[in-house]
Amino acid sequence: MTEHDPELLNVAPGEPHDNMFSETLSYVIGMGLALLLTAISFWVASTSTLWGPGVAVGLVVLAIAQMGVHLVFFLHITSGPDNTNNVLALAFGVLIVFLVMVGTIWIMAHMNANMGPTPEMMNLQMQH
Amino acid sequence: MTTVSEAPAVGLTHQGSEDTGLGHRGPASKSIVVPYGFWLFILSDMVLFSALFATYASLVHATDGGPITNQLFDRKLVAIETLALLLSSFVCGLAMITAKRRNMLWTQGWLLLTGLLGLVFLSIELFEFGKMIGEGAGPQRSAFLSSFFTLVGCHGAHVTAGLLWLGTMMAQIWTKGFRQDIMRRLLCYSVFWHALDIIWVAIFTIVYLIGTLP
Repeated sequence: MTEHDPELLNVAPGEPHDNMFSETLSYVIGMGLALLLTAISFWVASTSTLWGPGVAVGLVVLAIAQMGVHLVFFLHITSGPDNTNNVLALAFGVLIVFLVMVGTIWIMAHMNANMGPTPEMMNLQMQH
Repeated sequence: MTTVSEAPAVGLTHQGSEDTGLGHRGPASKSIVVPYGFWLFILSDMVLFSALFATYASLVHATDGGPITNQLFDRKLVAIETLALLLSSFVCGLAMITAKRRNMLWTQGWLLLTGLLGLVFLSIELFEFGKMIGEGAGPQRSAFLSSFFTLVGCHGAHVTAGLLWLGTMMAQIWTKGFRQDIMRRLLCYSVFWHALDIIWVAIFTIVYLIGTLP
């Protein structure tokens, strides 16, 4: 630990800063990144220069990236030792969210595809 | 109250060199336990929202001959909503920075701005809901609209609760000052407010942007 200025060199965005300027700067960087990602999302959704079928996947990727920016710069999730518990809880939360969403969408899409309406149901106009 | 030097060397101890959160220094302080507990609540809230997202994704095409996503949503309004909530989250962070320095005027000012931006977001959302219901696209119209109002309305209810919480926090800071317990409450509030913005990112992407693709 013989760094000249460990405070300025070694502090991750989420770590507590003593310096008000660097603390504010990390929020400004986070804000800038979030704005940039939001702007790209809205542009991607409205442009016609991109390959249509890929746009939805790209939007989801942009959203996940922005969530990462929020977690690091606003919620101060870091890889530091005092954050281990928070990171592990987050990992478990992400696992459950992933299981619930992907599992539901997967199963419901299959049920829609494999259990087509019977003639009686067609008459009742159940869906669509 | 740090008793690092007195902590006995047991199990996975690091000889006090760093706090691993494994309890080798004895019970963690309130300033660690309280945010951790609140973080667990936030994650459980995310799980709740994931169920609503899954419901929405399953029912988005079940329109029963009623209006579909492309006819209902206005991207310009959503862009303003997104901007208001993002700025609100940013300003809330600035309030935390000034609160740490115990600056009453700036803290109250930033918190007020946080609330006003949140109010802008909520007003636009309620305007949009009112317009949709007025056009006969209320939650009882189709399974798609039921799931839409449940998902987006649940987020709106969280924002409303957040605004009420913000008001009580401003009052508590004003009357009781920057006490330790008040600061812990304020930290929990800022975590809640940032988390709402994270959920909104998912909503504007999945519901509004993907829903209005050509």
